[in-house]
Parts: sequence; structure tokens; C-alpha cells
Amino acid sequence: MTATVPPETTNRAAGRRFALPESAALRWMIYAGGFVVVLSVLRVVTGVNDLTAGGTFSAALLLAVPILLAGLGGLFAERVGVINIGLEGMMVLGTFGAGWAGYEYGAWWGVICACLFGALGGLLHAVATVTFGVDHIISGVAINIIAPGVVRFLAAIVFVGTSGGAITQGPRISSNTGQFSLPLLSGGNLFGWNTPDPLQRIANKEWFLVSDLCGVVHGLTNGVAMYTVLAVLLVPASAYVLWRTPFGLRLRSIGEKPEAADSLGVNVYLMKYLGVAISGGLAGLGGGILVIENGRRFNEGQTANRGFIGLAALIFGNWRPGGIASGAGLFGFAEALRLRSSPGADSVLAVILLATVLLALVSLNALRTRKYVAAAISGAVAIVIGVYYWQAEVVPTEFQFMTPYVATLLVLIFASKRLRPPAAEGKPWRKGQTT
Amino acid sequence: MNRRKLIELVGAPFAAFGVAVVVSSIVLVLAGYNPLDAFDAMWSHINGTDALIDAINDAAPYYVSGLAAAIGFKMGLFNIGVEGQYRMAAFWAAVIGAKVSLPAVLHVPFILIVAMLVGGAWASVPGVLAVKRNVNVVISTIMLNSITVALVALWLKDSHFRYRPNPADLVPKTKTLDRSAWMPDLNAAIEKIGFHFPANTRLHGYLVLAAVIGAVFYVLVWRTRFGFDLRMSGANPSAARASGVNPNRMIVMTMLMSGALAGLVGMGQMLSEGHLFGDQFPTGLGFAGIAVALLGRNHPAGIAFAAFVWSALETASIGLSNVEIPQEIAKIMQGTLLLSAVVVYEIIKRQSAAATLRAAAETTRAKALEVSTA
Repeated sequence: MTATVPPETTNRAAGRRFALPESAALRWMIYAGGFVVVLSVLRVVTGVNDLTAGGTFSAALLLAVPILLAGLGGLFAERVGVINIGLEGMMVLGTFGAGWAGYEYGAWWGVICACLFGALGGLLHAVATVTFGVDHIISGVAINIIAPGVVRFLAAIVFVGTSGGAITQGPRISSNTGQFSLPLLSGGNLFGWNTPDPLQRIANKEWFLVSDLCGVVHGLTNGVAMYTVLAVLLVPASAYVLWRTPFGLRLRSIGEKPEAADSLGVNVYLMKYLGVAISGGLAGLGGGILVIENGRRFNEGQTANRGFIGLAALIFGNWRPGGIASGAGLFGFAEALRLRSSPGADSVLAVILLATVLLALVSLNALRTRKYVAAAISGAVAIVIGVYYWQAEVVPTEFQFMTPYVATLLVLIFASKRLRPPAAEGKPWRKGQTT
Repeated sequence: MNRRKLIELVGAPFAAFGVAVVVSSIVLVLAGYNPLDAFDAMWSHINGTDALIDAINDAAPYYVSGLAAAIGFKMGLFNIGVEGQYRMAAFWAAVIGAKVSLPAVLHVPFILIVAMLVGGAWASVPGVLAVKRNVNVVISTIMLNSITVALVALWLKDSHFRYRPNPADLVPKTKTLDRSAWMPDLNAAIEKIGFHFPANTRLHGYLVLAAVIGAVFYVLVWRTRFGFDLRMSGANPSAARASGVNPNRMIVMTMLMSGALAGLVGMGQMLSEGHLFGDQFPTGLGFAGIAVALLGRNHPAGIAFAAFVWSALETASIGLSNVEIPQEIAKIMQGTLLLSAVVVYEIIKRQSAAATLRAAAETTRAKALEVSTA
């Protein structure tokens, strides 16, 4: 009885004309492939070569990873039922940890300390919310206020007087975590043998789709920081831990129904502490990568609300590691396009053209299914954006700055029925009390 | 029971303050400073009239921001978006206020009304989204905060709004408001009663506005039907619903009011100090307001006290530069004060709930005994 799968879930996939494969990995590959196809068509139509250039994608990867780590951090907290608005503050703590230990002891110590400092922030959040039952939002806001103050204080003590260091800026970190290139495909090193770089060669040929695909893969696999590799590996690792281990089952059960977990002998408090501490550690890692790979030094305000974008990626990705990764990837891609756009060959304008086409398709589909209001709205928006495309020379950078937030709001507004946050999220829990 | 109330009211904030002092002392000792030096330097700085006036002036926007957050908290609605709402309101108040010319008696109220309308309208967006599409207010207001920052930066560059008499002028800003829109300061009025201000100090007229808002807040929340519904919705949503309160209407109304109050947060800067909106317009007032509302337990008097403490800590920290201790210790004090205060309030809430239960049990047992002996 308990283990039977409801029949409609199995039949639904079979009933569809285009059924997606059951395996999650295969599904994600299809999504990614579709994304590249769309981009390469767009490149040919608009002539903006930056869209699928390797450089754009390596920049996107670098910009996506801090958001990804913050999002994964949010995942671990919310899966144990604790809302973590304090991700931003924990990232800020991570930036200091990385800036200090990275300078003093080398890049990898910076990574470790970023994680530890972030985890300390997470523990503080856990003490307030789990032990004392303070409202999660309140505690998160408090942490966001405390963290920059603590970091500024520490920076005044530690960084002032070092070479190139000041209260708002740490000294330069001389080492990094090392680089990785895929051997045989992207010119990586194999047992001391410098393998050729075929992907780069094909990417330079500008063959439709083939060169695009090679450019994208090359950008993602050539000269990637080991820190980034670590971060990307954390996505399948989180998925594995949360969905394939007993520990993960316990963590998730507490986010869904803590009373049930408690009655089965799970130590709810301990699990909540662990989840929130892991959450802080991941957010701290996200701050650390900004220091060690992106900025090469600590800067005040370096996180620039990425903790909140991570929260956005978490919601956008429906509280799942793969979804968070795709959200972070999209947001990082938007940011990379902004950094690489130039008048005349504005990649963002090209994406706006794509948005127009997509909206027009949505409008037609709505018309077909006789949802006239939806059709009218999306049609009107498509026309407005289309007109903008023909008019504009350069897109103001503020639009790309808004992208993650607007995208998340739109997901919340139009797809909230598909979203499924953990059931006991945000509810205080005390042993022996049912509320 | 009354003694317990008194301890709660006075003791809890002091306990929280004590924790903040202890934590910051530990931090200072660990960093190799003498905490007594630090507190002495802070005290001797805030102990001067001009520093005190600074602290009072700065407390006013925190106070209004705290009220804006508190009205939502009263019904368990977290408007994290005060930050964005006051920014949006201040921008449009500056733009529209500079376009019109009115006599002083009308110009100031006109700008205030514009700010309230814009703030309320912008705050109603998450309210309506919560009601119509079931979007979490915390998340939508966080997203809208960042969207606001981008939108305002975008508009500020736009030639329609940007005031740029000299093309070499690189800092984007709006046109300065006419003199008629400047709020008079309180110096003249207070000097009449015999107090003399040190040179170059002004007590902002915005303080009067803040006090009036506080009074209106009190009447609205504790003396009107709406306020009763608001508090009941916060204390017991299902009871409120059962007694005929429409929760959707309450959410939208509360967001509107919170936003309207948020609109007034930036008006101290707008009407008493800078008289324009530019890149340098203060940020962070909204988040400070959340802190102040929590410290003051959502009561206008408590928030006033909290806002003063918050800004006094900031002002006092300037004195630390004399003894070469990082001023940021004040930020740590603010943060620990906030966190320890909410923890202490939570502990008290649990204890008083337990006490109420015990008292009820006692009464029942006494009644039972009475019945059985009779």
C-alpha cells in the first residue's frame, strides 16, 4: 500500500506524445542541448557571435558558481525546514574567511576558511531559530545586519597595514586553486602530455551548431578553476546526499514532517543544526569563490546581493539541485552577456529578440487553447519588446541586473502551482509540542 | 502578573543590551583592545549636545521605517520591502516635487502625499500578488527591492528625470526642490523656551512629522476597528477569519499602509537635508527599520526608544576614532543587540505562556477541589 506508485504518474509520461526520458541526467542533457540549439540559431539570425563564444560561457560559469553555491546553501536549510534569508550575510562572512586565510596561508586554506566562516553564520542562525524558536525571517535579517559589521571590524584589524590592504579591501591573494582543462578535448594535461585542443579548432570554423556546441563545451571545460570544479561537483553530490542516503532522507523528512521523523527516533534538533550549518558553509564557499577566483582579493560589498539571487535560484529551481544549477546558470549567463555586450553586437539585444519570439509562441498557444486573456497579455508584451528590439541600440545594464529577480517573480506568479517547497518550511518546532 | 509585565517591558531590553555589551567586550578583548576605553570614548562623544542632536535627527527616519515594518509585523506579515519602497517613493517625490511650484504650506504636504501614494502603490504589488497568486510576501519583497534599485538607477540616468545643467556633471541627480518645499528646522521654536543650540546644529522639522506619524500609528493600531482586526489577524488568524475578517483584504490594506509609511522614510533626507534624489541618497534605512521594529516590539514608544539607541550607537562610534578602535564595533553591538533582544523576547514569551498554563491549571484544580468538597 505505502510503496505503490500512483498509476497516473506512470501513465502520464506514456500518454504524452513527446515523453521525456525517465533518467534525470538524460533529461538535463536534452534541456542543455536544446538551449545550445536555440542559441546557435539566434547567433546565425542576429550575427552576434558572442552568444556561443567560449569566452561567454567561461565567464558565465564563473559568475554562476557563487549563485549556485548560495542556492545549494539555501537548499540544505530549507530541506530541514529552516528559511535562510541570511544567505547573503553568510556569503559575506565567507568572503572574509577566504580573503584572510587565502592571503595568509594560500588559496586552498582560503576555501576551507570561507566554508568555516559561513558555517559559523549558519550555526548562529541555527541557535536562534532551532534552539530559541526565533522567527526564521527575523534571524536571517539580523544575520544580514551583523555579518557586514563583523567583517568590517575584522577587516579593520587584519587588513589595514598589509600591502594593498585597507578596511574595504584585502591584500591580493597570490595563489589560486589551480586550473583544469579537459584532456584530449580541450587541451588538458594527461600524465604530463599536453593533449591537443580539437574543440577550440572546430569552434573557430563557425560551422552552424557544430562550432557552437564545441565553443560552449570548450568554454566550460578549458582552464576552469579547481574551485569551480569543486562547486559544480557539489550539485550531484548534494542530490546524492539528499536523495540517496539515509542521512539525506532524515534531513528531508524534517523539512516535510518533523513530528513523524521525531517519532521514528530521528534527532530533529541535531539534523536541523547540521542542515543549517551545511547551508552556511555552502553560502560561505560561494562568497569565497568571489574572493579567490573572481576578485583575487577581498572587497567590501563583493557579494552584491548574490545571496538573494541564490535564494531566487532556489525557488526558480523548485528546491532541487538540478533546478538550482539551471537557475544559477541562466542568471550567470545573463550577467556574462552584460559584461561582454558592446554597441552594435549587443548579445543582450539578441536575447531580447528570442524573448519576443518565445512570447509570441506562448501567445499563439494560448489563443489555440482559448485562453484569450493570457494570449492578449503575452501578445502585447511580445509587441512591446519587439518594438524595443527594433529601436534600441544598447540595452541598459540595469535590465540585466534585474533579470534574476524578474525571472523569479515571474516563476512565482505564473508557475507557483508547480513549485513545491518543503511542507514544514518556516515553522518553528519544539519536541513534544504539536502546533 | 503586573510585576511580570514590568520585568518584561524594562528588563528584557536591558538584558539584551547587557548581552550586546558583553559580546562586543569579548570581541574587543580578543582583538587586543580595552573595552573600557572603547565605551568611555563612545560615551564621551555622545555626551555632547551636538552629537546628541545628530543622534536625534538620525533616529527619526529609523523610527518611521520601524513603524512601516511594525504595521506588517502586527499581523504577521513580513514586509522586507520597506527598503525598496522608500527608495521608489523618494525618487518620485523628488521628481514630481521639483516639477510643481506651490506655496510652502502646500508644497511640503504635496510631496509627502506623493511619497505616501508611490510607496503604498509599490507595496501593494507584493500584497496583490500574495492574494491573487499566492506569492510569498517575503520573497517577492526581496526581489522587488533589487528591482527597485535597478529601476531607480535606470530612471536617474534618463534625461527626463536627471537634472544636468552642466554636461560635465557626472553624478546623476534630480533637480533640487524649491525653497518652499524645505521643512523648517525646530531651532527657532525651541530657542524660545530657553534652550540654546551650539553653532551649526539644526534639529530637523522632520522630527515633528515622525512624532505625528507615531501618534497616528498608535491610534490606528490600538483604537480603531482596522487596528483590532490587524492585531487579531496577527495573534490568531483562524479566529480573525471566523469573526468575519477578510484575510485577503487585510493583507492588501496592511501592505498599502506599510508602503505609505515607508514612503515617508526618505522624506527626512528629502525635505530637511539634501532636497534632491541622487546617487548618494541613503540606503539601508529599510533594513534598519526592521531591526528597530523588532527591538521596540512593534510598539510606537518602544520603536522610538529603539530608534534612538540604534542611531546613538552609530553617532557614539565616531568617538572611537580618537582612541584608534575600529568604529565597526558599533555595528557588532547593533547586531548582537538585535539578535539577543529577539531571543530574550522569545524566551519571555515561552515563559509567560507556561505561566498562563500553570495558572489555568491551578484555577481548575482549585475549582475541582471546591466542587468535590461541597
